[in-house]
Amino acid sequence: MSTPSLTITRSGPTAHVTMTLLAIAAVAIAVIPFVLGVAGSGRAVALLVYILLALMWNALAGFAGLVSIGQTLFFGFAAYTTIRLSDAGLDPFLAILASIGIGAALGWVTSLFMLSLKDGEFAIGMWVLSSLAHLCVNLDPLIQGETGISLIQMNAYALETRSALILWLALAVTIAVIAAMLLLLRSRTGAAITAIRDDELGARSIGVDVLRTKRIVFVLAAAGTAAAGALWLASASNFQPRAFFGVQWTAYMLFMVLVGGLGRIEGAIIGAVLFFAIETWFGAYGAWYLVGLGAIAVLFALLLPKGLWGWIGPRLPGEAIPTGYIIEKSDI
Amino acid sequence: MTSQLINAILLGGYYAVLATGLAFMYSVMNVINLAHGALIVLSAYGLWLLGGNLGLPLPVAMAIMVVVMFAVGMFLQRVVLSRASGGGELLPILATFGISIILDNLMFQVFGADSLSLAPLVGDLSWASFELPGFIFVGKTSVYILLAAIVVIAGLEWLLRRTALGHRIQAVSQDRATAALLGIDTQRTAAIATGIALATGVIAATAMGLRSAWGPYGGSAQLLFAFEAVVIGGLGSLWRVLAGAMVLAFAQSLAAMIHPQGFLIGGHLAFLAAVFIRLRGGSFDLKSLLGLTRKGATA
Repeated sequence: MSTPSLTITRSGPTAHVTMTLLAIAAVAIAVIPFVLGVAGSGRAVALLVYILLALMWNALAGFAGLVSIGQTLFFGFAAYTTIRLSDAGLDPFLAILASIGIGAALGWVTSLFMLSLKDGEFAIGMWVLSSLAHLCVNLDPLIQGETGISLIQMNAYALETRSALILWLALAVTIAVIAAMLLLLRSRTGAAITAIRDDELGARSIGVDVLRTKRIVFVLAAAGTAAAGALWLASASNFQPRAFFGVQWTAYMLFMVLVGGLGRIEGAIIGAVLFFAIETWFGAYGAWYLVGLGAIAVLFALLLPKGLWGWIGPRLPGEAIPTGYIIEKSDI
Repeated sequence: MTSQLINAILLGGYYAVLATGLAFMYSVMNVINLAHGALIVLSAYGLWLLGGNLGLPLPVAMAIMVVVMFAVGMFLQRVVLSRASGGGELLPILATFGISIILDNLMFQVFGADSLSLAPLVGDLSWASFELPGFIFVGKTSVYILLAAIVVIAGLEWLLRRTALGHRIQAVSQDRATAALLGIDTQRTAAIATGIALATGVIAATAMGLRSAWGPYGGSAQLLFAFEAVVIGGLGSLWRVLAGAMVLAFAQSLAAMIHPQGFLIGGHLAFLAAVFIRLRGGSFDLKSLLGLTRKGATA
């Protein structure tokens, strides 16, 4: 009688191909300043910001089951703190990094009371917080209500240097966030996150500390969304509160994650790339463009709730971004 | 001071009208309808078209819009919500938010960015006022809106507790599977409940259009007011919504007296205070707030 032997690996050929493709994409983005110049760098930063937002919103909604309408709280507030810290004399790039830390701290404080709210209450409750932050930022004499202010401290750097540095910082942050998500999902906490994603009540019943796990994801999402806000400010260089706290950002996040695939890192990245393409081609249509985005998001929610990756993923041999285990059984 | 107090009470009446439909849907269908504000704005445009363009008297326009929005509600439930709630708690939130984005921008495209008002439809009434002792003048429309809030809440409470339809709605809200076993058409009942919630939105739309001007993107502000009133008041009975709306209005009025731009901030802070108080069953306890005790872990 032969004894079955089990080999357990964490990644297969699909994962190797995906990781290679992602690495190539990262290198391609990194050399954009030399090839496409300032304008190309600006667009690349936009793409990276969308990827960051999609990854973070997906982590919240897809993994922790927390739908937030008000992630603009972290997006807008990080832009504001970047302005404030730069105004106080900090180098704008250091101000961006500091704002990410402030975003994480704000996320932790917010999580203390917001995570006690249930589904829909949490969703709009976050919107209330975002609105509150928006109103308070408007009161700051430096911002002058909706008039806004420019990040003039950035002018210390030449235009070419500045745009290249912002792009590389955005790339570094995005890679760091993807790496952090991978490490988190492959850790013990990751098992808890996956359990909560699949069945929250079941996870609780086998002793998963749901609140602690959700808090970890929430703080990570706060930090990542804050990074996106600070980078968007650095790239746009103009801070108008309405443009950063506006609800359209939430619509973008919803679109990217629902179309790409809720609960999958791959889905978030695909959704962001798709959104970037749609925005490039149709962004000029204004309100009709937003009507279209909303309609597509609703259709996906109703007809294909697992998004594009929910269709592609199962058709591939193994996971593209390896978070689970592959167990192979062979007889000796 | 007295007049400010009275105005806060009347403002609370307006918020109660806004919030009743949202609270009704949340308590019976367990769905927070994020398109609530956008649907109220849509109703207001409907009233404006019927009353302003076709010249119908406001009560007739309201009657037509109540029927229209009831049908829209039934459609919304049958086509969107029933499908979405099959996919867990998240999908109804995502779907209704998507609908609000569609409606906001569609209304912007169709009606433009102009602010509209329903005040011209009621002629003198929009500036008529009652005079109270001590030279205090109170706008008649605001008083009627408060009365409308009380009538709507009383009507819905009566419907839920005293009629066969209300009992069916409660049965479906408590346990859909068992209600279906007992022979209740749960789909139909849910559709009717959503229709009722949207029909009350027509009264809210009338109140909004008479009180102030609105624009295509006004829905999110109305949604936040309604939501804050619901959370501050708490669920259980729709009368709590009235109480929550009053607290919200008082907080806003108080904050507006402290700082000229404090109005909205005051309301948001009242919402946060309500969340804090509810968080630990009415008692402030910093230790459990910081998650140091096991007891406080989410409900």
